[in-house]
Amino acid sequence: MSGHSTYEPKTGFERWLDLRLPIVRMAYDTAIEFPTPKNLNYWWTFGGILAICLMIQIVTGIILVMHYVPHVDHAFQSVERIMRDVNYGWLIRYMHANGASMFFVAVYIHITRNLYYGSYKAPREVLWIIGCVIYLLMMATAFMGYVLPWGQMSFHGAVVITNLLGAFPIVGESITTLLWGGFAVDNPTLNRFFALHYLLPFMIAGLVAMHIWALHVVGNNNPIGVNVKSKEDVVPFHPYYTVKDGFAILVFMLLFAYFVFYNPNILGHADNYIPANPLVTPAHIVPEWYFLPFYAILRAVPDKLGGVLAMFGAIGVLFVLPWLDTSKVRSMRYRPTARLYFFIFLVAAVVLGFCGAKLPDDPVIPGLTSFTVIDADLNSYVWLSRLATLYYFAYFLVITPLLGLTETPLPVPDSISAPVLSHPATTPAGAVASPEKKG
Amino acid sequence: MLRKGIALAALGLALLAGSAQAATHPKEPEKLQWSFEGPFGKFDQAQLQRGYKVYREVCSSCHAMSQVYFRNLGQKGGPFYDSKYPNPNDNPYVKALAADIQVGDIDSETGDPIQRPATSADHFPSPFPNEAAARGANGGAIPPDLSYISKAREGGPDYIYSLLIGYVNPPAGLTIQPGQHYNPYFPGDLTASWTGKGHVPQGGVLAMPPPLSPDRVTFDDGTRSTVAQQSRDVAAFLAWAAEPKMEERKSFGLAAMIYLLILTGLVYASYRRIWRNVAH
Repeated sequence: MSGHSTYEPKTGFERWLDLRLPIVRMAYDTAIEFPTPKNLNYWWTFGGILAICLMIQIVTGIILVMHYVPHVDHAFQSVERIMRDVNYGWLIRYMHANGASMFFVAVYIHITRNLYYGSYKAPREVLWIIGCVIYLLMMATAFMGYVLPWGQMSFHGAVVITNLLGAFPIVGESITTLLWGGFAVDNPTLNRFFALHYLLPFMIAGLVAMHIWALHVVGNNNPIGVNVKSKEDVVPFHPYYTVKDGFAILVFMLLFAYFVFYNPNILGHADNYIPANPLVTPAHIVPEWYFLPFYAILRAVPDKLGGVLAMFGAIGVLFVLPWLDTSKVRSMRYRPTARLYFFIFLVAAVVLGFCGAKLPDDPVIPGLTSFTVIDADLNSYVWLSRLATLYYFAYFLVITPLLGLTETPLPVPDSISAPVLSHPATTPAGAVASPEKKG
Repeated sequence: MLRKGIALAALGLALLAGSAQAATHPKEPEKLQWSFEGPFGKFDQAQLQRGYKVYREVCSSCHAMSQVYFRNLGQKGGPFYDSKYPNPNDNPYVKALAADIQVGDIDSETGDPIQRPATSADHFPSPFPNEAAARGANGGAIPPDLSYISKAREGGPDYIYSLLIGYVNPPAGLTIQPGQHYNPYFPGDLTASWTGKGHVPQGGVLAMPPPLSPDRVTFDDGTRSTVAQQSRDVAAFLAWAAEPKMEERKSFGLAAMIYLLILTGLVYASYRRIWRNVAH
């Protein structure tokens, strides 16, 4: 894919510059000429959508910083002032707050698409791992950003999450103290979170550049998961995918605009419009929706350190996924059994998110009396999250490795241009990948 | 500091252990129709004016609204906006309403504390000089600032309305401490004070006594001053105070949506045209 460049400088200046800094060549190879499989569907547009999300967050964030005061006595009021007195401050702030949610909507779809079409498999392991690091940084950035308005959920969410790190033996307490800048969540905590919240997005931007670089070395995967074989299989990125991504980005913007203009607070929590008060704990401390599955995993484990390890492990397992998956077929289009387990996995992830928003001891089916198992009633959200957590890990650690060895995939097309097999009758069942194809 | 640290650590542990008490859930707020609902909703200016009067004559004796400035009353979408006065500082209503209220200041010559009539540049004065005074005068409870209360409570204006009309006598078997008032819409957990039979009653207790009564406020436009009317109007006023830029937001949103829809259509047409000869 990273074939030789076809860029030809047209003007004298371009020729002069190309010999000194081939930046125009790089842009041309990346965004214009880049050969892209012609069968990408709309699930492939979320990369572009995510790039736009990052830009929106950085631009609105920098404007917010011009008005925000990172001090426990002024942070909440300064955010209200942005909403009330800064020209279009309400727009900037609601874009930034809802933009975080939109960013996670897009990233979850992007990750799901990866899992379904096996895009993480060789030769795209590094591309995938960079993506996992970006996701991890996004979570850290979103968490610290949520602390900055210094409302009740900001404060108590920060207390709960930073206390988690104290669970680690020996170093835990020191890490927590370092993070707090003292012995409790207070002004130093707010200040360092603010500094890091400003720093991390630029680290994300740097990693995005590496992500795109890695993508352009190995090229796009595609819905049938078969490597590009010939020029027939590809179209240049521009105008084919600039226009398709552009359309998808605009549709996504319509959804974004709905939240910003007509329902800006629906994704947040009312308690965060109460100024932080360390002495009053909200009745239910819940993180933002995009953290709920991990919050449920954390609470599913009855041991504090165990819960923290499970929570981090749920993300950590993604990093080694390319080596856990033993199947040579990339796309689940041709793996009906894997597809079934994958859809159950998606259901488990949504169930976890749902459980994360509920009180652990509340019954799942109201009114149904059940019996106590170990420490909680079986008919409770904590047991439902345990079940889903078990499946979450089993999917990656047991089902994915075993399925690749045992399942019989459907015949895979020869190439992107010939999605219908030319000789289906002569292809023996299970003969999926000729060695040179590598899946 | 240490005590706070211990309390916080205990809180973290309690959360982790998943041992949160199954609190009783308060009654669902009554769902009302508001003029400012929906993508084209606007505030009802007459209602905001009545609501301001309820706040000024009743609520403001205990509740601050420190984020709201008198000038906000005359801003676009506000209770006293007048298109003749695009600058709210020129609006005679705003000036007169501000001048009715005394605010604390210092004498610029001597530095002595003084009281002077408010101007449009002042925010609504707080009824208590500090938090301790607020607690002292209210049996230990602090009346929350109402500037953003409508966004800070689940249910928003519906909740505020329901709470204000919702005061009822406590059911037999519920012990209410002196200075406390039962309200089924107020979130809380009454398990400890319940000795009756059956389920623990919904709701909780709060220090605020029922604040409104019929004809407590006289509406200048002749609207009958029932408790429901006062509650509804003040809830609308508080919804405006929490989101004073709502009308601007929705009209901007309409333009943004139309722009995005047209652009999306054009880009889709280009997409179809560019891809028309590619089998994919």
